[in-house]
Amino acid sequence: MRRPIERLGLRVLGSVSELGRMGVFVGGVVRAGVLPRYRVRRFIEELYDVGVLSLAIICLSGLTVGAVLALQGYYNLARFGAEGSLGAVVGLVLVRELGPVLTALLVTGRAASAMAAQIATMVTTEQLDGLRMMSVDPLDFVVAPKAKAMVVAMPLLNALFIVFAIFGGYLVGVSYLGLDGGQYWSSLESAIVFGQDIAGSVLKSVVFGTLVAIIATYRGYTAEPTAAGVSAATTGTVVTASVAVLVFDYAITALWGV
Amino acid sequence: MADRAEVLDEFRIAVDGVHLSRAGRRVFQGLSCGFVRGQITVILGESGAGKSTLLRLIGGLTRPDSGAVRVAGQDVAALGHADLYRMRDRIGMLFQYGALLDSMTVADNVALPLREHSDRSETEIATEVARRLDSVGLPDAGPLYPRELSGGMSRRAALARALVTEPEIVLCDEPFSGLDPLNVRRIERLLVDLNQRLGLTMLVASHHLASSMRMAHRIVFLTEGRAVSGEPDRLADSSERAIVDFLAAERGDEVPAEGSTG
Repeated sequence: MRRPIERLGLRVLGSVSELGRMGVFVGGVVRAGVLPRYRVRRFIEELYDVGVLSLAIICLSGLTVGAVLALQGYYNLARFGAEGSLGAVVGLVLVRELGPVLTALLVTGRAASAMAAQIATMVTTEQLDGLRMMSVDPLDFVVAPKAKAMVVAMPLLNALFIVFAIFGGYLVGVSYLGLDGGQYWSSLESAIVFGQDIAGSVLKSVVFGTLVAIIATYRGYTAEPTAAGVSAATTGTVVTASVAVLVFDYAITALWGV
Repeated sequence: MADRAEVLDEFRIAVDGVHLSRAGRRVFQGLSCGFVRGQITVILGESGAGKSTLLRLIGGLTRPDSGAVRVAGQDVAALGHADLYRMRDRIGMLFQYGALLDSMTVADNVALPLREHSDRSETEIATEVARRLDSVGLPDAGPLYPRELSGGMSRRAALARALVTEPEIVLCDEPFSGLDPLNVRRIERLLVDLNQRLGLTMLVASHHLASSMRMAHRIVFLTEGRAVSGEPDRLADSSERAIVDFLAAERGDEVPAEGSTG
């Protein structure tokens, strides 16, 4: 009886100390991020890695998701004779829910995993220790620009995903299924409230960007300096960040109704 | 007996009663040794004896469980973040595989400490980088990325980076590992030349016995978590079991199996 309780206790203690380490890490990144030395060039390089290199997957996925949503929406709305509301359904679902969530999951798979692997490789090849020996703080030089780029890129990619998805919905709804184009746009415009839906979408994507940035950089930074450590950091980032995005999505929706 | 201040002055770096355990294994058990200013000290020992760990302790990258590591009188383990970074300005470190930042060119790698810690203009930095790369025999390597360098070139570029801020102490972690004899001699000559020209205090962790005997003023041999030190030409006279076995293995003689009491 004692053994399982001991094991549970150890696991709880382990989790609490892991959270503590993560808190110290986040504090260090935030402190480094607001230092007067903003490292604009490194930030732009990271923004390119996270943002520009994700454009193709975001645009293609957006287009496909919008098209599928329009198909599903059209057939279901037609059962109630409400196919004219297709634009509103596609827009609301994308802006409030699918845009931020799917963008975060796609960026996690493409950019956050690469970010974790890159930092973990720098740990393994002593590049971070090399920086420390040059009196350069790796949190300031490596981690903070990456984290900032993720937080900035996420809402922008979210916006792009939504735009392409709405266009995908238009292609299917109007060009393929024969809905009136004007009706598609007017129902979309009248359904979406800027202060609530758009602001909510931005809020979600900023929260998801912050979460994904913390998890990816922390996993990479604390990786074991071995090949297995790099692999574990990458896998751990994808799994943890994906679950965290879904859990926080529910929490934000439940708390603020966005 | 020498007075404490005198000892610290002679031994620019002093390790005092250091205990360190890692992953349930005792690496050092009361390790004490000193490194004389302006000399090349080679740290020898079997793989896993703690040679790299000793360098990391001196650089403040690893903290001991107990004991003190003093660099110029300051206990590295007791320093805060800012003081530790200030102390590291006086230390250059050459890592085993160079540890050059792979997202930057060699020139940017060498320029990095200057860009971070000096007010020099880009023109002055470029001139200094070219001079440093020239001094390690890599005058044309500036625009290359670390992945485009051979092992020996990588090590020399890393040495240029370690020296660009003109440190007083240089820590070299296995500078010869994985290199062909020609590159071993090149690096060895570079280190000796730097020591003679600039009077740098150099600590070289290595298991390359021939180079060590040629370049070292002193040898520190790590065995079973403690240090045995002396002049290189007295190494063969040692009755220490680990040193006798180490030298026998180098000669190609039979050595006792691992774990054997001999």
